[in-house]
Amino acid sequence: MLSVEKIHSYYGQAHILTDVSLALSTGEVVVLIGRNGAGKSTTIKSIMGMVKVTEGDISFDGEALRGEPTHRIARRGIGYVPEERRVFTRLTVQENLEAGQQPPREGAPRWRFDDLFDLFPNLAEARHRLAGTLSGGEQQMLTIARTLMGNPGCILLDEPSEGLAPVVVEQIIKVIQQIKAQGLPILLSEQNLYFASLVSDRAYVIETGRIRFSGTMHELEENAEIRQQYLAV
Amino acid sequence: MSVYLVQFLSGLASASALFLAASGLSIIFGVTRVVNFAHGSFYMLGAFFGYTFVREVGGGGIGFWFALLLAALAVGLVGLVVELVILRRLYKAPELFQLIATFGVILIVQDVALWAWGAEDLLGPRAPGLTGIVRIFGTPMPVYDLALIAAGPLVLAALWLLFNRTRWGILVRAATEDREMVAALGVNQSLLFTGVFVLGSMLAGLGGAIQLPKGGADLLMDFGILAEMFVVVVVGGMGSILGAFLAAVLISLLNTFGILVWPDGTLVLMFILMAVILVVRPTGLLGRPETAGHKAEAGFETALRPAGPHYKLFIAAVLALLLVLPVLVGEFYLILVIDILVLALFATSLHFLMSTGGLVSFGHAAFYGGGAYAAALLVTYAATPFELALLLAPLGAGLLALVIGWFCVRLSGVYFAMLTLAFAQVAWSIVFQWSDVTNGDDGLLGIWPSAWASGTLVFYFLALVIAVGGIFLIRRVIFAPFGYGLRATRDSTLRAAAIGIDIKRQQLVAFVFAGAMAGLAGALFVFSKGSVFPDEMSIPRSFDALLMVLLGGVESLSGPFVGAAAFTYLHDELITFEYWRLLLGLTIVALVLLFPQGLAGAAKHYLGRYLKLEAEPTGAAVTKREVREA
Ligand SMILES: Nc1ncnc2c1ncn2[C@@H]1O[C@H](COP(=O)(O)OP(=O)(O)OP(=O)(O)O)[C@@H](O)[C@H]1O
Ligand SMILES: [Mg+2]
Repeated sequence: MLSVEKIHSYYGQAHILTDVSLALSTGEVVVLIGRNGAGKSTTIKSIMGMVKVTEGDISFDGEALRGEPTHRIARRGIGYVPEERRVFTRLTVQENLEAGQQPPREGAPRWRFDDLFDLFPNLAEARHRLAGTLSGGEQQMLTIARTLMGNPGCILLDEPSEGLAPVVVEQIIKVIQQIKAQGLPILLSEQNLYFASLVSDRAYVIETGRIRFSGTMHELEENAEIRQQYLAV
Repeated sequence: MSVYLVQFLSGLASASALFLAASGLSIIFGVTRVVNFAHGSFYMLGAFFGYTFVREVGGGGIGFWFALLLAALAVGLVGLVVELVILRRLYKAPELFQLIATFGVILIVQDVALWAWGAEDLLGPRAPGLTGIVRIFGTPMPVYDLALIAAGPLVLAALWLLFNRTRWGILVRAATEDREMVAALGVNQSLLFTGVFVLGSMLAGLGGAIQLPKGGADLLMDFGILAEMFVVVVVGGMGSILGAFLAAVLISLLNTFGILVWPDGTLVLMFILMAVILVVRPTGLLGRPETAGHKAEAGFETALRPAGPHYKLFIAAVLALLLVLPVLVGEFYLILVIDILVLALFATSLHFLMSTGGLVSFGHAAFYGGGAYAAALLVTYAATPFELALLLAPLGAGLLALVIGWFCVRLSGVYFAMLTLAFAQVAWSIVFQWSDVTNGDDGLLGIWPSAWASGTLVFYFLALVIAVGGIFLIRRVIFAPFGYGLRATRDSTLRAAAIGIDIKRQQLVAFVFAGAMAGLAGALFVFSKGSVFPDEMSIPRSFDALLMVLLGGVESLSGPFVGAAAFTYLHDELITFEYWRLLLGLTIVALVLLFPQGLAGAAKHYLGRYLKLEAEPTGAAVTKREVREA
């Protein structure tokens, strides 16, 4: 349903992505995996229209997205969870969620406050606290919940495990599995192969702005050469 | 005792209108990051619209308030047009262009108001049912003041509800933190910006309208409230509505009590209060420190380089032309060229501050006028000889710059700009009001050069030597180690601090130097005209300098000269029209929208590659490459 075909992206004059293609279908979790600076975030931002894309096509449910302004892409049903969390620190948890609200969308699961507070019990307790006072893990949960408030048709999840304690990462894995169970496809960006293998069906390996490998998670785990070349630290 | 109580209440009453206007400014800045210099004009329009609507529909108690609301709506509509036509195209432009564009709006509004309502001050209509006087423990006080006292907190509460209890308000608050993220959640930023701008404009309009029964409507309201508004916003903390309220109350009380204690010194009191608060809390009472992402930048990317061979030839040709000019043209044109030389020096000093120091001053005329007044006062009261006065004037202006700069360099970006404007307005007010010494609006007359220099020809050469010498001196400073250090500061404060540059001190030195050079230009000015009036220190004069820099292009060192010439030409062409401000304003807005690089900047950009106007990159650029290779 989400497809990216041969895009080239730039930050100003710097050519960052070359010929990047990927696809995401209903109900699957796909990981975009690569080292620091490989181009994961740039790919996701390209889909969101936050980075200049000069060539190639991006479409969602058959509708072209390239060149559209960010808010319209979000309105088409692409949910974006940024890296570094970016919660609105001076708004309460509840207000953060309200900011993410969009009307329900046909063919996409519908999320109400109560559903989200079930999914993220911590947030229910912290409802009236300022988001800036939450812990890193809680903030990560909040960004995911905030995006779900928009009842998206798919989710772009940029490095949700970054800088979080193992216990929190486990919670995030559970959340991803629960979201997946609702049939909502997720494009996950990640550096950690182990974390990726716990939730993903398929994988794309990215390095210096090019896709170097694509296949099932199983195939990637079997392929020592690719792992050695592009993922070993 | 009751006198003080009434005084206190009347201070609260005048705080309301100020708070309304300032909160609008603050809200607009919070979301769009644009300091709307035309906000004072919106306030003024609110008063004029209110005046008209009260006459048309304002019969009876309800009609009056309805008319005031209508005035606010009308100003909101004006804001809508300004946002859609001008600002929307400039959100991504360097802030200087936004500020200049809103200054164009000030000029346009001034003339439209003059055309629509005439030059006479209008006496405000009285509010039906609230015309009387109450006695508070025997001391009389207008009933309307009580209504005003209520208005401030009422609007504060309404704004609080709007921003905390509606989704729109939540989105606005979210956008002040992270606009891109708000867009990524599906919110149309353009709509949000427009809405915020309209709301802010309406608040300014309402502020202007509710003070009608007290202060009426006149054409000086725009700049008058602008400086006060900036002080309120800087003292209260940018972006904080409650802070704006507290600051408005504080400053209004200071004014009302100040008049009792020290009638001539209210401006000085305001100045001291602002100084104390800024030294103790640089972000204002309730402001937060600027985050890195929001840091306002002056935004000059192209590096200044020493002149290339062709450019030097070009300069030499221009100088040669200036030297033989008296043979070619008559006295009329010589006088015109003297004007251009004076303004070129003035503009170059500002350009130095902006391009090298990254400090966009909106009050540079304080030093130009300061130099002019220093010379004029020396001649008038101390019978100082012309030559000595010419020498002392830049020192006087430099001293003024030292005092003002000491406060201003503590702030950066738009805060710096606002503070310089506020200080310049204070300086203007002092000159304007202190008529025992300065002769106020009548100016100081009969300030002529010594006999040997009084002929047009000799004075022309004198002005040529001084102005060109001054400009070369500024150039020398730019390419001296001090100038390089300053630019390092501008480009990266952190890095500059790391290599041991004392940033604030360096900026202060630059500020004082620029002020002194502006003062020199001012001294030349006063001797060329024989008189000086407070206008030379006014905010419009500061904007003239900015306009010259802008016309010439901020990135080009010869820009200010081209700008001064273009400005003088433009001014002389336009001044013959009755509504020249309107034309000038429209020209400014058009120029900003069409040539964001300025005239000389654009020409240089397109021609530069062919004509080798700049020296080959050396120094800094090479080092960067080496660093990368290493
Ligand atoms: N704003 C920017 N301007 C210029 N270059 C950038 C910018 N952001 C990222 N880059 C460059 O683009 C490349 C890809 O960066 P990107 O953020 O997409 O990497 P990433 O795979 O998400 O890495 P990480 O795991 O560190 O988040 C890097 O070389 C980076 O230096
Ligand atoms: Mg990243």
